[in-house]
Amino acid sequence: MSAHAHSFHVSEAPTGFIRKYIFSIDHKVIGIQYFFLALTAVLVGVVLSVLMRIHLLWPAAKLPFIPNGIMTPAQYLALVTMHGTLMVFMVLTTAPQSGFGNYFLPIQIGAPDMAFPHLNMLSFWVTFVSFLCLISAFFVPDGAPISGWTAYTPLSGMGQISGPGEGWGQTMWIVSIAFFCLGSLLGALNFIATIIDMRAPGMSLFRMPLTCWGWFVTAILGLLAFGILLAGGVLLLLDRTAGTSFFLPAGLVVTDQLQPHSGGSPLLWQHLFWFFGHPEVYIAILPGMGVASHVLSTFCRKPIFGYKAMVIAMNAIGFLGFMVWGHHMFVSGMNPYSGFAFSIMTMAIGVPSAIKTFNWLSTLWGSKIHFDPPMLFALGFVSLFVSGGLSGIFLAQPAVDNLLHATYYVVAHFHLVMGVAAIFGIFAATYFWFPKMFGRMLNEKLGKIHFWFTFVGAYCIFMPMHFLGLVGGIRRYADYTAISYLQSMHPLTMFITFAAFVTAIAQLVFLFNFFWSLKRGPKAGKNPWNATSLEWITDSPPAHDNFGGQYPSVYRGPYEYSVPGAAQDYIPQNLEPSQVAREGRS
Amino acid sequence: MSVATPPIETQRQAAPFRASHGGGPPFRLFGNDGEPEPWQPGRTPQRTYALGMMVGIGASSMFFLALVSASVVHRGLAQNAWMPFHLPSLLWLTSALAVASSSTLVRARRKFKAGDWQSFSRWWTITAVLGICFLSGQVLAWRQLVSQGVYLISNPSVSFFYVFTVAHGLHLLGGVIALFWISWRQSRGWRKSPGISRSTATSVAALYWHFVTVLWLFLFSFFLIGG
Repeated sequence: MSAHAHSFHVSEAPTGFIRKYIFSIDHKVIGIQYFFLALTAVLVGVVLSVLMRIHLLWPAAKLPFIPNGIMTPAQYLALVTMHGTLMVFMVLTTAPQSGFGNYFLPIQIGAPDMAFPHLNMLSFWVTFVSFLCLISAFFVPDGAPISGWTAYTPLSGMGQISGPGEGWGQTMWIVSIAFFCLGSLLGALNFIATIIDMRAPGMSLFRMPLTCWGWFVTAILGLLAFGILLAGGVLLLLDRTAGTSFFLPAGLVVTDQLQPHSGGSPLLWQHLFWFFGHPEVYIAILPGMGVASHVLSTFCRKPIFGYKAMVIAMNAIGFLGFMVWGHHMFVSGMNPYSGFAFSIMTMAIGVPSAIKTFNWLSTLWGSKIHFDPPMLFALGFVSLFVSGGLSGIFLAQPAVDNLLHATYYVVAHFHLVMGVAAIFGIFAATYFWFPKMFGRMLNEKLGKIHFWFTFVGAYCIFMPMHFLGLVGGIRRYADYTAISYLQSMHPLTMFITFAAFVTAIAQLVFLFNFFWSLKRGPKAGKNPWNATSLEWITDSPPAHDNFGGQYPSVYRGPYEYSVPGAAQDYIPQNLEPSQVAREGRS
Repeated sequence: MSVATPPIETQRQAAPFRASHGGGPPFRLFGNDGEPEPWQPGRTPQRTYALGMMVGIGASSMFFLALVSASVVHRGLAQNAWMPFHLPSLLWLTSALAVASSSTLVRARRKFKAGDWQSFSRWWTITAVLGICFLSGQVLAWRQLVSQGVYLISNPSVSFFYVFTVAHGLHLLGGVIALFWISWRQSRGWRKSPGISRSTATSVAALYWHFVTVLWLFLFSFFLIGG
């Protein structure tokens, strides 16, 4: 601990169970709450996807959790909707940003807590209510909505008449999303204020770990994007409940009944949704990029290559992310000129993405790589981000997208680049920070088994899907047994389903490792990975005010590994320059 | 470690010690009126509340921007279906009320800075009451529309009008509640706590209030131009 550390006592830790663990204002507890919320959501989401895979292979199979046992096409679509919504909102948005961000952002910048702790608590509980609303969609009459996680109008706007699940289920879905938007806005506000104003002395913006930059850019995206979705959601809710016609045109006939709406535009919903939806993709992936950079540098024992370029690339990705929403709408009949503009902007994102990729590879170049589980998952992140990202360049061409839009090619693309890559970012963060969060180490061997099964499994699931898409395998179809040209793809589909089984079962290894290590894992010291950033100078788990009253000052950037002439191969950010030991001295 | 050894140079040179805190507040206009605060670890700096409010205003602006662009796009996409209607004349009065409330608030803040608590509290309350008058005016304007047979579902142009005014009204209602909350805490002597200070609370509430006024003027002129 440096001599310049500031000694202060902030506030006493709460002692009551409720204030300590339930309605806590401690960012660490809130981070863990978000983490377990995401863990619950991901388990439900995985079960849904396994059910869908089984149904695709054996359409007549009796399935658990399905009313009457045999899945109807509408129920299949309900699972598609709920799988997508749970995964995108409750897992990919919640875990990396609200979970790990909440826990580690204040510690990494040397702050005692978020800027607004009560707001932080509020944002978690609003998100929790959102989760309950979403899950309740399963249990309302007629079950969950069938309109997909994008809730395209007019299907999602007309209510009961347009299909099972479009009554109460869809309403609960919108209410859930509205709450989620509110919770995320409050969270984003808190992150931004914390990063701008709560940094320790000496922690300039360009000395922050790249994880903090990831959370910062993500928070800005969230702040700008969730308000848009909230506005869209309010309008959609009014269309459904008050009889307005924002998204519903005149002359709609559903089951032989002329609908009363007139004057709305279904395309308007697509614009509002995707103006949010595309930044949302980066909300999911940017924190993962930060974690991958942080972990790569730590386990290569090398400074990250091109720190400033990494920061600029992240900001560029965030900025460009707001200009490409139209590439989700190439098949909407948009003007070819706007399609061209969106296509160019989309490919422009390839530039900062490539900068990041090459910097990751350059960090690896010539380094002594320590293949611990966090590192494996960070490498997996890079691999999946590249494999998934490359197909994005094809899909950015309107001509190609018109062909592939409704096929499994798109499913494969976004699962690799946004879904699995972001999940690998979450796993890397979990293996990396578990010792700090819970004071115990995860089992390394089980971690490696988990990694290899998940990594190979993810590729086995999603790589063949590209082929399925190229031959015209249409997504969202519950049953393709009657489509003759897809019959030759049956073995491939079977392979994908079995790969999905194996990958899903491999997650039990992780769950076992997680809960077993929570109780039985070997004790972790303050700094098990010999890392430099501020979370590693404090206890594991950290005290209520993070630093036990001894607030650090910061003297250098976050990636000072293998500094020539230094005795240790890492120099913590808070170590005073005069105290850095030289080689050959004690 | 010997004293004579020069400090080791890291690859990214350790820059001279530079505190990121302790300077003047970046938002002098709205932030803490007091002296620049020294960095206190463990405390949220007072200026951060103003920053948080600015960020929140940014989020809120995005919400309204989405609605505004939705209505512009809507008009473009469904030209034939878009039917203009007469704005209630009452909106001119409520706009005047909104502007008046902002100017009384400026007055209140001036009195606050001068330490004249009684006048402060009077002008502060007048502002809140003007806010309530504004809200009542909006309700009457809706009734005016309804009496003309213009309902929420009559046409998307009307639907947008109702959405805008209700969303703005809710924002203003939040402002009224904040003003009363501050008066209430004021009346109890503003117990010292590590949270927001009295001066910060008034300036942050004022920042929000002015935002809601400007937002209304923007929306009103949008209706005038578009209606």
